[in-house]
Amino acid sequence: MSQKKPNYNLIGKSPRKVDGLSKCTGVTKFADDLELPRMLFCKIHRSHVAHARIVSIDTSAAEKIPGVKAVLTGKSLPISFGILPVSQDEHALCLDKVRFVGDPVAAVAAIDEDIAFDAINAIKVEYEPLDPVFEPEEALKNEVPPIHDYGDDGNVHKRVSMEFGDVEKSLADSDEVFEDIFFYEGNTHLAMEQHSSLAWMDPDSRITIWSSTQTPHYLHRAAAKVLEMPPSRVRIVACPNGGGFGGKSDPFNHEIVVAKLAKMTNRPVKVTLTREEVFYCHRGRHPVLMRSKMGVKKDGTIQGLHFETLLDGGSYGSYGVASTYYTGALQTVTYKVPTYRFDGVRAFTNKAPCGPKRGHGTPQPRFGMEVQLDKVAAKYGLNPATLRLSMMQPKDSITANWLRIGSMGLSRCIEKVVEGSDFNNRHGKLPRGSGVGIACSSYICGAGLPIYWNNLPHSGVQLKCDRGGGVAVFCGETDIGQGSDTVLATCVAEVLGVDLYDIRIVAGDTDLTPVDLGSYSSRVTLMMGNAAIQAAERARELLAKAVGEKLEVPGSRLGFAENRIFDVENTETGVTFAEGVVLAESKFGTIGTVGSYTPPPSPGRFRGHGVGPSPAYSYSAAVVEVSVDEETGMITVDKVWIGHDIGQSINETLVIGQVEGSVYMGLGEALMEEMTYRGNRFGVHKIPSLLDYKSPTTKEMPEVVTYLIEEPDENGPFGAKEVGQGPLLPIMPAVANAVYDALGVRVDEVPITPAKVLKALSNKDLRHGPTRFPDLKITEQDRMRVKTQEEGGDGRSDKPFDRKKKKEAVKP
Amino acid sequence: MMRLPAFAYHAPNSAREVVEILAGEGPSASIVAGGTDLFPNMKRRHQTPKTLVSLQDVDELRGVSWQSDGSLRIGPGEILRALERDADIGNRLPALVAAVRSISTPVLRNMGTIGGNLCLDTRCNYYNQNYEWRRAINFCLKCDGDTCWVAPGSKVCWAVNSSDTAPVMMALGAKLRLISPRGTREVDAQDFFQNDGIDYLAKKPDELLTDIEIPDQGKSRSVYLKLRRRDAFDFPVLGVAARIELDGEVVKNADIVINAVSPAPTRANASEKALIGKKMSDDVLAEAALLAYKPSKPLDNTDFEYAWRKKMVKVYVRRALEHIRSSFLI
Amino acid sequence: MTTPQATVRRKVQRTFTVNGDVEEVSFLPHKTLLEVLREDMHLTGTKHGCELGECGTCTVLMNGEPVLSCLVLGLACEGADIETVEGMAGPDGPHPLQKTFASIGAAQCGYCTPGFLLTAKALVEWNSNPDRETLKEELSGVLCRCTGYLQIFQAVEEACVEIRGEGETK
Repeated sequence: MSQKKPNYNLIGKSPRKVDGLSKCTGVTKFADDLELPRMLFCKIHRSHVAHARIVSIDTSAAEKIPGVKAVLTGKSLPISFGILPVSQDEHALCLDKVRFVGDPVAAVAAIDEDIAFDAINAIKVEYEPLDPVFEPEEALKNEVPPIHDYGDDGNVHKRVSMEFGDVEKSLADSDEVFEDIFFYEGNTHLAMEQHSSLAWMDPDSRITIWSSTQTPHYLHRAAAKVLEMPPSRVRIVACPNGGGFGGKSDPFNHEIVVAKLAKMTNRPVKVTLTREEVFYCHRGRHPVLMRSKMGVKKDGTIQGLHFETLLDGGSYGSYGVASTYYTGALQTVTYKVPTYRFDGVRAFTNKAPCGPKRGHGTPQPRFGMEVQLDKVAAKYGLNPATLRLSMMQPKDSITANWLRIGSMGLSRCIEKVVEGSDFNNRHGKLPRGSGVGIACSSYICGAGLPIYWNNLPHSGVQLKCDRGGGVAVFCGETDIGQGSDTVLATCVAEVLGVDLYDIRIVAGDTDLTPVDLGSYSSRVTLMMGNAAIQAAERARELLAKAVGEKLEVPGSRLGFAENRIFDVENTETGVTFAEGVVLAESKFGTIGTVGSYTPPPSPGRFRGHGVGPSPAYSYSAAVVEVSVDEETGMITVDKVWIGHDIGQSINETLVIGQVEGSVYMGLGEALMEEMTYRGNRFGVHKIPSLLDYKSPTTKEMPEVVTYLIEEPDENGPFGAKEVGQGPLLPIMPAVANAVYDALGVRVDEVPITPAKVLKALSNKDLRHGPTRFPDLKITEQDRMRVKTQEEGGDGRSDKPFDRKKKKEAVKP
Repeated sequence: MMRLPAFAYHAPNSAREVVEILAGEGPSASIVAGGTDLFPNMKRRHQTPKTLVSLQDVDELRGVSWQSDGSLRIGPGEILRALERDADIGNRLPALVAAVRSISTPVLRNMGTIGGNLCLDTRCNYYNQNYEWRRAINFCLKCDGDTCWVAPGSKVCWAVNSSDTAPVMMALGAKLRLISPRGTREVDAQDFFQNDGIDYLAKKPDELLTDIEIPDQGKSRSVYLKLRRRDAFDFPVLGVAARIELDGEVVKNADIVINAVSPAPTRANASEKALIGKKMSDDVLAEAALLAYKPSKPLDNTDFEYAWRKKMVKVYVRRALEHIRSSFLI
Repeated sequence: MTTPQATVRRKVQRTFTVNGDVEEVSFLPHKTLLEVLREDMHLTGTKHGCELGECGTCTVLMNGEPVLSCLVLGLACEGADIETVEGMAGPDGPHPLQKTFASIGAAQCGYCTPGFLLTAKALVEWNSNPDRETLKEELSGVLCRCTGYLQIFQAVEEACVEIRGEGETK
């Protein structure tokens, strides 16, 4: 069915990453590897109470320590910031209140880290304690002083209710309504590199911040704002990230603190967080309590869905408003959901702030939905794979909540993993203690709308051809290990027919590179790739004109490959790429081109329509095989089969690496990773270390069989879709479903620990999981109704959408 | 970067010199062997010794030798990796090698020593935290504070002994030799560990462990089983060492030691008694397992839920005994 | 009784071999090998993830055996032979492990890579044909959050082909 693919030079092959050898020889400089003459070291004094008003900060003893060059408190940085315009609720150092154990209160710059350590411990802070709140259900009650003075009410940061079609009627018309409550514990990114930033103010009053950030553009905005400097005087250089996974995509207090200290001392200042402090940066997976009411027919197909979520946001906004919407937005893009209602609340609690982690807000509801479907299949005696195949959301369609689906390869993903794992002959038939489970998912290829709503491109690429045949490519993207530098180089090299290693990448530098919004929401390959292709095609056009004239061949007949530009009908006739550049430069002047990308508009026109739309959706299906020790509850994952609809691989090895890495991270979430706090012990993080926060080792990693489904999407560069996040999503529910297949028990909670398996085995209903879901206090005023396309809707809601009506940011 | 506090450093060549330095410096001095336990503790400011006495150049503290009576002498400075690669030890003392192999990771075992593992500081997730974290709980009984957060109101510290080799040494009847200015003394492994999270070793600060002696195991069989989350890095949340000697089909001697659920490895006396004089039938093993389970008292200070860990005592003791029973059949 | 070899905040000088060169290095006596390499010798190829022996990121070779440089005192390195990732490549180019790690996806973000490379180097020097189980065990002391380890295993296996002299890697 799919048309024949073009014969690519590089696309879909697996050449070595452009930065591969640098990373394997110790050459790549991460932020903490940077050192400047006279550099000072910063350390940050953090709150050791969970919720309190700051009465006084005494830094006098710290200032007297020899070697201490500056001590900084919040009053010098009074302007607030945050990643979202609606949640500018952070300060570089707490002003009047601390909101969790680990909140930054003061900072020191000293000639070495030992002295800085002594100095932060000499700072004395007097607090007036406030009642803390650690559980979102408690926060909902609004019995304690609000953690923030903004939000929807009290400690409710955000309350959302949206309904597409008449869900009540659909549920009433269903043969059965399945109602389940699930809980997904929070977890964190745990990139191996601890966050690090170095700042330096040059004599001409320009400040540079080198940082391990996934989003130099947003750091640029935040730093300029808080430092009260024109953005033209602030330069952010994103260093290669030693892993990101979403954990380095907020502008962070420490990044601004070192900049301020550099201004104060006129010396370079570096901060590198300890592992414990990285846990306090967090911005990881929100703990989410969920209730799902799914109306189905006897054949198992979904008639209507009402999905409710309660997010534990921690102490700051971060991406939380978007996270809240994301716990509802993508439930409709895999299977046909004719009517859909979503209610969500994000509560503030006195814990490290949650935010976006790989899959941003969608793994939790996906877990609930895929486990619930397994229950539907089990109850009606249906094959869970066949059930899913029977209700695929069609390609080129619009979902109930107004998301436009383009290419859709989920059926093929399911078929592949079912065949590979022999699922149909093994599911329900393995000896007790062994089981296989299946689950599916989808993810966006970049958010359709930017964080700051404007008409600017989401990604820009500049390209410069050198007379020697080299090509320099400039883009604000940041390689966090996913291989975006290689994707960028590959797209350009493919179009221009040059050697991959003749491309020079200049990335993530707000002075030198055009804006790319950042390495988040799986947006880089699609958006940057399209911008790169546009820039490269524009250069190719110039070269073709000049070379065509010289060879007396129409430009359209010229091929670009193997560093040559040649007549495709007479391949002997041609010039080298370098000669082509010289010809073009002689004719047109310097050869520099640009490309940019803006996603197509989304059909939804209601409040909240900004979360969910994407130029394309990737799809994944996974089968997981487990062995469960019935006496201990210990789960061993024996093998994983995963199919991923990538559209088109740019570099196949890197794609497989993303799939395998996602499976790995998903297994960690499914089985062992959790951010846990001791609410009864001052609200401390229980396990802020690499030993006690359990990240799977080589010993826990099973064999993974990956199937790539390549049906090019018309919006993707060469048809490519995302792979960085989507393949994580089906893993957790597939594990849960496999545990059910092995022992007949349901653990409706993540992580699925041995103790929970044993509890499920001993419970009458063979289930372990939450049993209550609180009243989210959705009022009629909160509710928004949108007619579906099938009902003849136009994407507008019953409530006029006026962006200005909502109170915007917090006070400065 | 987590950094060490400053210290003075000695690296003497003989055990005698080590003891002399310790005597001279008093309790503010600390011995360091592999450093894999002490240095993280120092970085977290659990311990800030003024003086470190390194054993790295003390050759006499290393080496493995089989004695004519069938016993094995191990120098406490022996690197864990060397022990696990020693085929003779693997054949004759499989429980010991199983325990050694299960410690942390290969690279850490390449640094850590057997003596260091025996003297491992007790652990607790209220204690094994950075200085700043511990300040948030006003510190704890074991270090800088006065409340045991695991059991507030408790006058003793409940940090757990997390050594993998300690219970094995007890089960195998090992003897430990200590020297100090007062002379040499020999301690049964049994008496080396104390059920107090703070004062967890019978070794005095000025004493140096110089020899580990494991007697000939005769025809007994032994095993070590370890429960933990991940198959690398993790300390045990339960360790079971067992040794059984049979007389015909009847148990003549039984040693069962449970670790990582209390401040000291604990002998399951009742289980041992229940086995002696009996055949290793399923019922007898189940009874022995139950008797080990009943008194065990894990608390909420390690990985995993403590109620589950307690349940696992029963499962692991039974499995250990089953393992031994089947090894007799080979 | 010996006299203290070092006191607070006064640098000491030690001689050891780093990547084949004998070097005299000055450093504060409480510094770990990790800090000495990165800060006093500017060899920042050695990374760190916890400085407590809980991740393996900082693994280097000391006398040919892998050690956690965050838990080795600089003072303890007198006379030792240290190898870091910067020393793995020879005049003929990168070590086979470096080539395969780079070419088949074993280095995503690249942060844990030096730790893996040196651990793997020590392994292949005594066993150039490790099976998967051996690899899993021997490499279990280094955490990676990106790859799920599988491409790392493949890279070691592929490098072994060249190391055994059975072919050249890409």
